[in-house]
Amino acid sequence: MLAKRIIPCLDVKDGEVVKGINFRNLKNIGDPVEHGSYYSSAGADELVYLDITATNEKRKLLSGLVKRIAAEISIPFTVGGGINEISDAGTLLDAGADKISVNSAAIDNPELVDSMARLFGTQFVVVAIDAKEENGVWKVYAGGGTRPAGRELFEWAKEVQERGAGEILFTSMNHDGTKKGFACKTLAALSDILSIPLIASGGAGKKEHFEEVFARGKADAALAASVFHYREIEIPELKRYLHEKNITVRL
Amino acid sequence: MMKNEKTVIIKYNAGNISSVWFALARLGVEAEITTDAGTIRKAGRVIFPGVGEASSTMKYMREMGLDSVLRGLSQPVLGICLGMHLMCSSSEEGNTPCMGIFDSVVKRFVKGKVPHTGWNSISSLKGPLFANSSENSYFYFVHSYYVPADKFTTAVCDHETPFAAAIQKDNFFATQFHPEKSGDEGEKVLKQFLEI
Repeated sequence: MLAKRIIPCLDVKDGEVVKGINFRNLKNIGDPVEHGSYYSSAGADELVYLDITATNEKRKLLSGLVKRIAAEISIPFTVGGGINEISDAGTLLDAGADKISVNSAAIDNPELVDSMARLFGTQFVVVAIDAKEENGVWKVYAGGGTRPAGRELFEWAKEVQERGAGEILFTSMNHDGTKKGFACKTLAALSDILSIPLIASGGAGKKEHFEEVFARGKADAALAASVFHYREIEIPELKRYLHEKNITVRL
Repeated sequence: MMKNEKTVIIKYNAGNISSVWFALARLGVEAEITTDAGTIRKAGRVIFPGVGEASSTMKYMREMGLDSVLRGLSQPVLGICLGMHLMCSSSEEGNTPCMGIFDSVVKRFVKGKVPHTGWNSISSLKGPLFANSSENSYFYFVHSYYVPADKFTTAVCDHETPFAAAIQKDNFFATQFHPEKSGDEGEKVLKQFLEI
């Protein structure tokens, strides 16, 4: 049976891993390749590297770093942040990235999703969506959660699926950084309308939250950053826990 | 023809070729990435990797004359993912006639989330690729089309419907999963291929 995936997210700035609290207040904690290796041997199913400076400061993630990651790590990894053009995605593919994730660039230019899917395959294109619930409506934000995109979550998710996204990474801005659990109800509704896999992000604080996001939130994968970075949750222990709760995981 | 000990990776117009190269490098093998027919024919082992789209890739293979080169090889050949599909007789992806090394028809998933993405367990393991693997070990898959389980199947996987995780016919091997992305389990399979 297809296993539910556990995905640590590494925020990268100037080639170093940092941790974000509600997308701000960054604190430096180390080498991206080393972190990736550690997680891979701990049983992480995939990695996401997000260049958090890229969108705001128009900085491109160094393809050199991607090459080092690809050389070292034998599980899939996604690279996101600051990918605005086809050529950015092509460079990352050549460097060894398994997938790229686009967020603001897809909002500003939805055609980009079609073109990338056509050129590199749907499996290569993850569309990341940051959304916040305001008065009962899930509003999509661009620019690392700073700019209202004028889109509604469910509509936008459906649209990018039709345009050729291979996966959707949904971050609930209401839950992100709270450690009070994922947006399970919204995730389940989203998972039901999508035919592509859904990665849940935002709100992980304890092991129980992961059980909830798979059992109740119907997510195919769960992504988290700080609980893993600060070793509040150890991946092997988390996976054993999920296994005991009858969630299929790769042990 | 005298074969050398070299492992070559067939380069084509799509896909994460470098991840296969890196995986072999981690096993101490420096592979050559090539489209040259002579280099491919002389190689000790050939890897036909891939992510991409069937019809455009098959068109490219024909234009380069690589389809007939591949069909004529007698050394161990390993197709991965799209590489596996293109070694079959045809694919529903773009209604593409393929190389016909395996007389199987590649179909699209109609149930479950598509692409089938992530780690899935494989069973009914047979043949040299899996000599060091245990039943129900997990491998990384990402694909929307699959080869139905048939007489060539050497490992079975299930995603709402059972399908071939690996196939073999004589010197031709192929996996639906990505051994180069499947951690230690994938490494074992690649290592076995290198020792055939």
